[in-house]
Amino acid sequence: MSSAVGTPAPGAVQPMVKAEGVHKSFGHVEVLKGIDLEVAPREVMCIVGPSGSGKSTFLRCINHLERINAGRLWVNGHLVGYREKGGRLHELRDSEVAAQRRDIGMVFQRFNLFPHMTALENVIEAPIQVKGVRRAEARERGAALLERVGLADRVHNYPNQLSGGQQQRVAIARALAMEPQLMLFDEPTSALDPELVGEVLDVMRGLATDGMTMVVVTHEMGFAREVGDTLVFMDDGVIVESGDPRSVLTDPQHERTRSFLSKVL
Amino acid sequence: MPDTSTTPAPPEQIRAVPVRHPGRWIASAVIAVLAAMFVHMLATNEVFQWDFMVDNMSSDPVLKGARTTLVMTVLAMAIGILLGIVLAVMRLSANPVVSGAAWVYIWFFRAIPRIVLLFFSASLGALYSTYELGFPFDQQIMDLFGFEGDWRFLSLDGNDIFRGFVAGLLGLTLSEGAYAAEIVRAGIQSVDPGQVEAAQALGMSRGKTMRRIVLPQAMRVIIPPMGNETIAMLKDTSLLIAVPVTNELNFQLRAIGSRTFQVIPMAVASILWYLALASLLMIGQHFLEKRFSRGFGNRETRQQRAARRARDVGSTH
Repeated sequence: MSSAVGTPAPGAVQPMVKAEGVHKSFGHVEVLKGIDLEVAPREVMCIVGPSGSGKSTFLRCINHLERINAGRLWVNGHLVGYREKGGRLHELRDSEVAAQRRDIGMVFQRFNLFPHMTALENVIEAPIQVKGVRRAEARERGAALLERVGLADRVHNYPNQLSGGQQQRVAIARALAMEPQLMLFDEPTSALDPELVGEVLDVMRGLATDGMTMVVVTHEMGFAREVGDTLVFMDDGVIVESGDPRSVLTDPQHERTRSFLSKVL
Repeated sequence: MPDTSTTPAPPEQIRAVPVRHPGRWIASAVIAVLAAMFVHMLATNEVFQWDFMVDNMSSDPVLKGARTTLVMTVLAMAIGILLGIVLAVMRLSANPVVSGAAWVYIWFFRAIPRIVLLFFSASLGALYSTYELGFPFDQQIMDLFGFEGDWRFLSLDGNDIFRGFVAGLLGLTLSEGAYAAEIVRAGIQSVDPGQVEAAQALGMSRGKTMRRIVLPQAMRVIIPPMGNETIAMLKDTSLLIAVPVTNELNFQLRAIGSRTFQVIPMAVASILWYLALASLLMIGQHFLEKRFSRGFGNRETRQQRAARRARDVGSTH
């Protein structure tokens, strides 16, 4: 691993994600008011909180879909979106930002599958176009990934021929096809009918078991408790409380956490 | 009545007297009479000279004219659409100079009638007699440093290039680019921004995102109005008389009409030719629409059909 700025002392495990005082404003509205956190490799971190608390925005900052206004954010030791040179930050070029994103998979609330491509074409698009993988090889790996998410018989279906749960599983396979080191989930089950939530969570549980580093913005407290290593509760742009999910969920220390959990549990 | 002890009786089907629609019958009768009158007029009026028309509308110069018209339509649309894509992307650029330049182009060329543009592009030879490619302001720069001469590497005779087919193509293409730009822009803007985010999150570059993700989806929205544009372009090739381009369909048919004093038959021939060519273009549009509606209908794809048949065969054995 490279020794970029902010690399921790030798011997310590380099965090997969490290945020220091991250601020983000949209116009005059400050959405993130100083976020500090670390995600270790193979860790599953669940972020919960009321809507408008900034949790999705923070997730989008991690792969630079949103530009932060202050603070520092590293993924795998690399500063996200900037290069520090001569004591100043330089914006990365589009191609450099794109290169950083290759190692970060993202799953969206609204799936955002490419509607003009079949499930398999969705999965092999980025490996072929971005990594230059040979078509035959990409198809083979893509089919294996779709089988892994339980969609071996749906490879040639277009997204509009799939249920929401199936679409979200294709979206997960599409992100995995780039062999990411980190997976970001932005409320992956919020747009699903209740009976379809389980199939998506099962796939995510499998990923966690395989040791994928995951940051999951979710409202699924059961998933957070069973699968999560860390639970972060955000409200009004700050982290109110974080720690072991079982203890945070059963014995919240802050009034705001208690009041939120009493509404959702 | 069936035996109700085993299965419940099926419900008694309603057999109501339907509402009568006398208005529909009257309307149909009126239309039938008008149609009969029209056909009678075509058949009995000697002025139409059908034999003469059929003989002449497939004569050699007319066929060549039809080819010129079709080639001009396809070329002007193809180059115009490419120009339109570039302009649309410029128009959506974050750089205000770039997007402003595209706006000015669209503003200008949409405002000018095509026939005026064609007159102008045919007169470019009068603006400068030679057109040269080279370094901008080369002579001024040379003068500034006290040198003689210029820095140019290609020289073309203005009267030679800006005439006939090339002048016509230039005028029509410049005009089409402005219209196509607005259609392409509407198409690009119709694509869900989540698509761009998904592509970016996968590490795709801006260019690839545009070519592989945005434009193919925008095509669904772009093709129907572009079909209109293509048919309008087919008809506007008759304006090439302004250049003039004389080996074009309408000019050839009218020439026969005025030479033989059979104006009506040749005007009808013109109508039939344009109908036929427009129909041909509409067939092309149909297949393009089918191609770019992939994933939006509920049509079964070829692979899905094959997979289903394979399953069916497997289950019968």
